Amino acid sequence: MIPPAQILPEEAIRIESLSHRYGGIVALNEVSLSLPKGKTTALVGPDGVGKSTLLGLISGVKKLQTGRLSVLGFDLAERRKREDFLARVAYMPQGLGRNLYPTLSVRENIDFFGRLFGLSAAEREAHLRRLLDATGLAPFPDRPAGKLSGGMKQKLGLCCSLVHDPDLLILDEPTTGVDPLSRRQFWELVDAMCAERPDMTVLVSTAYMEEAERFGHLVAMDDGKVIAQGDTGEIMREAGADTLEAAYVRLLPQDKRPSGDALVVPAWQDKGEAPAIEAHDLTRRFGDFVAVDHVNFRIGRGEIFGFLGSNGCGKTTTMKMLTGLLDATDGTASLFGRPIAPGDMETRMRVGYMSQAFSLYEELSVRQNLVLHARLYRVPRAQAGELVSAALAQFELEAHADAVPSALPLGIRQRLQLAAACLHRPEILILDEPTSGVDPAARDMFWRHLIRLSRDEGVTIFVSTHFMNEAERCDRISLMHRGRVLAVGAPAELTQRYDAERLEDAFIAVLEKDNDEAPTASAHLPVDASVASSTPAAGARSTAPGRSRLPTAAGSWPGFAWAFARREATELMRDRIRLAFALIGPIILLCIAAYSISFDVQNIRLAVLDHDRSAASRDLQRYFEGSRYFRVEPELQSDAAADQALREASAKMVLDIPPGFGRDLAAGRRPAVDVRIDGASPFPASNARAYAEAVLLRYAMDQLRSAQPFAVPDLSSTIEPRFIYNQEFRSIYAMAPGVLMLCMILIPAMLTALGVVREKEIGSITNLYASPASLGAFLVGKQMPYALLAMISFVTLILVTVFILGVPLKGSLPALLIGGFLFILSVTGLGLMISAFVRSQVAAIFATSLICLIPSVNFSGLLYPVSTLTGPSHIIGLTFPSSWFQIVSLGTFTKGLGMASFGQDYLALMALAFLFVGGARLMLGKQEK
Amino acid sequence: MTRWILNVALLSGKELRSVMKDVTLMALILFAFTVAIQLVANGVRAEVMNASVAIMDEDHSELSRRLRDAIQQPYFKPPEDIERSAIGPAMDSGQYIFVIEIPPRFEADTLAGRSPSVQILVDATAMTQAGLGAAYFQQIFAQETLDFLHARGLLEALPVQVESRMHFNPNAQSAWYTSVMQIVTNVTVLSIILVGAAVIREREHGTIEHLLVMPVRASEIAFAKILANGLVILLASIASLWFVVHGAVGVPLTGSLLLFTAAMFLYLFSVTSLGMWMATLAPSMPQFGLFAVPVYAIAYLLSGAATPLESMPSAIRTIALCLPTTQFVSLSQAILYRGAGVRTILPELAIICGSGVFFVAMAVSRFRSMLSRQG
Repeated sequence: MIPPAQILPEEAIRIESLSHRYGGIVALNEVSLSLPKGKTTALVGPDGVGKSTLLGLISGVKKLQTGRLSVLGFDLAERRKREDFLARVAYMPQGLGRNLYPTLSVRENIDFFGRLFGLSAAEREAHLRRLLDATGLAPFPDRPAGKLSGGMKQKLGLCCSLVHDPDLLILDEPTTGVDPLSRRQFWELVDAMCAERPDMTVLVSTAYMEEAERFGHLVAMDDGKVIAQGDTGEIMREAGADTLEAAYVRLLPQDKRPSGDALVVPAWQDKGEAPAIEAHDLTRRFGDFVAVDHVNFRIGRGEIFGFLGSNGCGKTTTMKMLTGLLDATDGTASLFGRPIAPGDMETRMRVGYMSQAFSLYEELSVRQNLVLHARLYRVPRAQAGELVSAALAQFELEAHADAVPSALPLGIRQRLQLAAACLHRPEILILDEPTSGVDPAARDMFWRHLIRLSRDEGVTIFVSTHFMNEAERCDRISLMHRGRVLAVGAPAELTQRYDAERLEDAFIAVLEKDNDEAPTASAHLPVDASVASSTPAAGARSTAPGRSRLPTAAGSWPGFAWAFARREATELMRDRIRLAFALIGPIILLCIAAYSISFDVQNIRLAVLDHDRSAASRDLQRYFEGSRYFRVEPELQSDAAADQALREASAKMVLDIPPGFGRDLAAGRRPAVDVRIDGASPFPASNARAYAEAVLLRYAMDQLRSAQPFAVPDLSSTIEPRFIYNQEFRSIYAMAPGVLMLCMILIPAMLTALGVVREKEIGSITNLYASPASLGAFLVGKQMPYALLAMISFVTLILVTVFILGVPLKGSLPALLIGGFLFILSVTGLGLMISAFVRSQVAAIFATSLICLIPSVNFSGLLYPVSTLTGPSHIIGLTFPSSWFQIVSLGTFTKGLGMASFGQDYLALMALAFLFVGGARLMLGKQEK
Repeated sequence: MTRWILNVALLSGKELRSVMKDVTLMALILFAFTVAIQLVANGVRAEVMNASVAIMDEDHSELSRRLRDAIQQPYFKPPEDIERSAIGPAMDSGQYIFVIEIPPRFEADTLAGRSPSVQILVDATAMTQAGLGAAYFQQIFAQETLDFLHARGLLEALPVQVESRMHFNPNAQSAWYTSVMQIVTNVTVLSIILVGAAVIREREHGTIEHLLVMPVRASEIAFAKILANGLVILLASIASLWFVVHGAVGVPLTGSLLLFTAAMFLYLFSVTSLGMWMATLAPSMPQFGLFAVPVYAIAYLLSGAATPLESMPSAIRTIALCLPTTQFVSLSQAILYRGAGVRTILPELAIICGSGVFFVAMAVSRFRSMLSRQG
């Protein structure tokens, strides 16, 4: 037992010998740290040194492996009081809008986070107003988060993090991929928040060294270790550097320091050649929204053309049109003087493209990705290996050559993408924010490479970026905003034109001039004394930060479940296609299945091979012709023909009447009639045999009775079957209730089956890890909206069964509804359990299909009665919810039963529902590994 | 054309790697083609087997006892005695499928040449057992009564003998049928889901967009997916047919395995293409999941694997015959049980191919528009 780390009163975080590994790779190596309370600390270092891992551990989202970690007085190795701890921490993961729900509006996102941390309605309303005003998001509270620009997404993410007044705010690269104006606004917002709550400790990781300079405290990391910590100014002084960037380089061990020579860009010479890229009034509309609005530019061969603008201004759309991925709505664009055509392989060979989001294969290793690229760009096999090795060396990827991209940090993934784009020596490179999330040293390396390509090899480069020092290296830049190009020119010329000191100021000036919609954030928060004092809970909190802010875990459980349920329901309501599939799919399935499943074996194709051709043999044939079960085919001529008929399935049964049949019958020699049946499908074959034998028995009895002088009982009708529950013996009466069961398991289970695994794939599950809400609340909250939707679907299916299929409901409707509801609970629970178990969405869909289809069709009494099952299949039948609901469905529809008959079935369904949700709970961890 | 083939090969290799990487998925596939097949084959009986019977004998005669003794396994479980008052509740709870009522004076009436009848209550919701079971009782009781009368010299033997033989499956064992049909079902479900989900995942991760910037055609991407995923399923299904169906379940497999493999290949082409087309229609994974359910469920129910095609109403049968699954079920039976050759199954192959070409054409034509819709 390791004693908890001793934490001093002025410390917010104390870390001792903390290590973390992913498989064999060490991410953190014996890190020890102490961070002061109430200060802002910047965490800097290149990509892949363990910054995100450290932040994940401190926030409690990642599971502690070894070492001691004490945050806000809580020992994170302990599981107790975790909820109290999480309620005081806010964590914003890396990635634009990563913690947001894209279909939810701004207001709904903030509201959800408020609920996730157990705030009351009044508190949520107060915080919402205050945060919206402060961030400048107030004018559009109803816009979906997915439709916000990158900068606004990050501001919203910050709002969501701050909604519960945390004592510790952790931001993982919050400004990566955000334009300078939004970045400036974001930090002003953070400053304002800190000013309002001086007790709050803030921990920020960033790739921008100049940003880190503004924070009082600094932690510098390299290769899983802390190389410096302390006061930012002091560290810079000690290193003897003017800028943090320079200081950081000096802190590095000797062999890691980049080559000192500054980056020089030789001037570009316009040789007067035809332009490489040309756009004329290029326009793209998505519905009413104009993404790109009459954009014009001409880019010469070998020119580096920078594309600047806020996120969502149309840069990416323009680039996609140039690559031929999107068709222009209006206007023209050409590469090398050739208009862009979607199927033009020649042009594609000459272009390299790097998309903003990572778009290489996560499941292939770095090397395999590059080899695939080379081969698809028609590099012969022999040269591909060499080319890839060179690229690995050039982009410093050799150490990661056999790792899969999903295990690599953002910066290294970007390096891989750039390596892939340059691999086939294209003449044009179209790079969409290639350096987002890349550390300064690697960015320098990128640019050295780009400049060499452009100046030495004449490659035209069309690049978008948010870094001003990169923009300054471009030959010309264009500023884009809301779909339009606002200014084009050489960087120096633009700085001059807008009377600015730096390019960044010029950029902001242009944007601010154009901005009338999004007002700049006010640097100070509106002081709203009434809000602060009218929420006593908030007041109490700031005075006694150590106290738990949640009433009790049990008391707020329904509140958490309700928060998840509301969010899930809102998302579901916005997804009209999914709603339609969920409601209409079962109806179609029910109708087709109920009509098509039938066990009335009729019209058996019978061919007669009559070797006798006597009056008696023809008499025998007439017995078959008179039966509704048989359809007599043309007579066969030979044994060979009979074999062939069976083999080709042109007849399912052959009646072989032997030679001399009539004569032997008359002489009492008991001739034998041969019946041959195609047994390939045993069910119809067995029926055919039984029917044939019955017909022959009747024939034989008739012969016997006509020959006997005294009364003989008619043995061909010894029995008198009475088909109960279904007098007419119509399949649909028996099948419709079963198919109802089938519909109610296949689709509701699929509804929840992606619930958990999708959040895992997208990453929004981090919000759960970082919140005090319990797993049980999360699962039940997810289940509720789908159970409700399934219940609606169930009622429509009952209506369809009764009024369209014409199957009367003889028993009690409440009994059926209760059974259906319990069944839905267990089935949606099963979906959740599968979802918690699998790793990918594909596996979830397949597992759900398989697990629901096989037992429901085979072992639940749909096609074959449960009482005839034996062994393992019987046990599966009993432990699967469909067999229990099948009894309820069939009992209420066909047997006229009521509630009293189903006690056992209800109990079983309820138990299974608990079992499945409990199973999901067990399989789902509350922390990342 | 060589370029096309090379690109398809390169992309197929990539595709195979990604499928193999998902360990849970591979484990599920393994389970589906081994344990699941065995479970269904051994657990399910379409023939009357172990049917539960209760008897209410009000005659207590020699004949009634003979009838009772004639109800034998494996068709029926040993009959249990039941009181009249207990019949209703027992049948309501599904305890018995058949309840036999032998009336008083049954033997006396039979001996007097009257035709008394045994009443049999049949739970007609058990469709597979009800009709056939009743027919079996008819046969069994007629035979017993005949023997009873014959032994007393009251009746001659029946003037006609019947010899009935099942071809291709002599004992009409369900396991022979259900095991193969379960393979077909697995193949259908897996093909639609694996390929469809692969397309959607590539779209959600942006990789397909990236491919379309490279000198790669949509048709190359499509065929690589069909080929790679098809190959995985083909191997799994043929191995399952040989080791599980033939080896463990003991189905003899009459026909040419090579011909069946070739037919399976064409079928896979058709259903994987269908999955891909569906993926271009359903924008996200949850939507695709919901879309896939009714498609594979209907394909299965109409295929003739669950219930005989001949029993379906003619309009539905016409629709069913256009589906590749129905045709594949029919040709599987023809090859594997009846040993049919390629000539016999040509019509089925033609429909499967035709549908595959249609699906793949629809899928490829929608590839680009699928991408632009996201933006």
